Amino acid sequence: MRYSGLKVITEGLLGNKGWTPAWRDPAPKAEYDVVIIGGGGHGLSTAYYLAKNHGITNVAVLEKGYLGSGNIGRNTTIVRANYFLPGNSEFYSHSMKLWEGLEADLNYNVMHSQRGLINLFHSDGQRDAFVRRGNAMINQGDDAILLDRDGVREHLPYLDFDNTRFPIYGGLLHPRGGSARHDAVAWGYARGADKRGVDLIQNCEVTGIDIDGGVVRGVQTTRGAIRAKKVGIVVAGRSSQVAAMAGMRLPIESHVLQAFVTEGLKPVINHVISFGMGHFYISQSDKGGLVFGGDLDFYASYAARGNLPMVEHVMEAGMTLMPMIGRAKVLRSWGGIMDMSPDGSPIIDKTHVDGLFIDCGWNYGGFKAVPASGWCMAHLMATGESHEVAAKFRLDRFATGHLLDEEGTGSQHNLH
Amino acid sequence: MRLTCPLCGDRDRREFYYYGAEDYLHRPVEGAPVADWDNYLHLRDNPAGVTKDLWYHEAGCSQWLLVTRNTVTHEISAVELVAERKA
Ligand SMILES: Cc1cc2nc3c(=O)[nH]c(=O)nc-3n(C[C@H](O)[C@H](O)[C@H](O)COP(=O)(O)OP(=O)(O)OC[C@H]3O[C@@H](n4cnc5c(N)ncnc54)[C@H](O)[C@@H]3O)c2cc1C
Ligand SMILES: [Zn+2]
Repeated sequence: MRYSGLKVITEGLLGNKGWTPAWRDPAPKAEYDVVIIGGGGHGLSTAYYLAKNHGITNVAVLEKGYLGSGNIGRNTTIVRANYFLPGNSEFYSHSMKLWEGLEADLNYNVMHSQRGLINLFHSDGQRDAFVRRGNAMINQGDDAILLDRDGVREHLPYLDFDNTRFPIYGGLLHPRGGSARHDAVAWGYARGADKRGVDLIQNCEVTGIDIDGGVVRGVQTTRGAIRAKKVGIVVAGRSSQVAAMAGMRLPIESHVLQAFVTEGLKPVINHVISFGMGHFYISQSDKGGLVFGGDLDFYASYAARGNLPMVEHVMEAGMTLMPMIGRAKVLRSWGGIMDMSPDGSPIIDKTHVDGLFIDCGWNYGGFKAVPASGWCMAHLMATGESHEVAAKFRLDRFATGHLLDEEGTGSQHNLH
Repeated sequence: MRLTCPLCGDRDRREFYYYGAEDYLHRPVEGAPVADWDNYLHLRDNPAGVTKDLWYHEAGCSQWLLVTRNTVTHEISAVELVAERKA
């Protein structure tokens, strides 16, 4: 079924009886050409582009819970292309271009809104770093505008400009940055993949990977064994457990990241804003809730909930930056499990097993990467070659020294 | 989350700095092969369950602690002084 404004109107007039499920609920077949483990954003986009770009449709996505139950439905939805290092810069730039055509491509409203992202800076040194970053973004063909204090005031008059401890010197505006509705992204890719013949299999946990003579043969699951010619591991925070099934020890440590949303308010924050002192960032959802978050809880964790010290820190940072939000009531807070890599950058690569591929290490920034990650993982699985914009996301780069340490914080997993 | 420091007693999580997994205690010798350094710095078991990791009592006694805890429940089962650990 094609979705359109006309369809919404006619269905409204006919009592909404004509809508059909957005995807099938098939039983797993005995064998597929490709099995993708993990039905999050990256697994679903990989399946979609395998079918769309490479004509590979005998594909199953195996998800242990329900589609979108992982980080894809837990993030704070920031979409940006403001990376600095060669290797990251072209990848996120490619992703942004895919975002810009995504709704038309998927025939699905993912509520992508390029409302502008402003990263604030609070010292001369931070300004210099942002000028440098802005130039790198422009060199990549993306957009960046340096705002001085008055420039920021024009966009964000409600910030606390009188704060003497953390004075606002200015901000780097990335006009094409913004947000999107996270679960709609999962649903849009799921529907598009299903329509092209991909089987989306939920409540199907992978418990083993079958390898014979160095070649992948399939997977063991809670719904039986499934043979496959190629297998992709795309499980974000659970990457270490699934990779261990193939005898791998990954450069990943899993950490919990929290987020918060307030009750719905009238439109008040039009941009995505990040505070440069103390970790805090905020935007307002189309429902009116203020969506905000901060740093990791900093210790390895698989609990999809965090601890109070970070809650307190995030609230304090928010109140320091924009005291006007102090009266808003927080409705919910939650956590998601982040696959933190030692340089803060991702991995899209082959493994030591023939036919087994891995896509992981998204840290706290894998939402914006969903389109390009699927695009590049599909390219790798279909052709056996890395896509040119993901060529530096190698699994062995930590041993070879070709790190992509965007923030320059060293090899400790939780510092990116 | 609270940690019971062997020297200072039961303290709030905010007094401690988290470093990373126990692997950091096994520093390769000078001239060791690259794979050993990769193991030491980057590769992790990253278990969903019981793990051992290093914490520093920054706002207390300044001791490094080896903490045995569960990454799923956040339950802490042992806290030892790294300085008193038998090699
Ligand atoms: C609070 C928070 C805020 C964030 N904010 C942003 C942001 O603003 N911008 C941004 O770009 N990124 C953000 N992120 C990061 C982003 O959400 C993740 O990097 C990204 O969603 C991870 O990829 P994914 O969607 O494929 O993961 P997931 O949705 O977690 O998908 C992995 C799937 O694998 C499944 N799985 C695991 N093990 C198995 C198994 N054995 N068998 C079968 N299935 C399995 C899981 O159930 C899960 O559904 C944020 C994350 C969090 C938690
Ligand atoms: Zn102490």
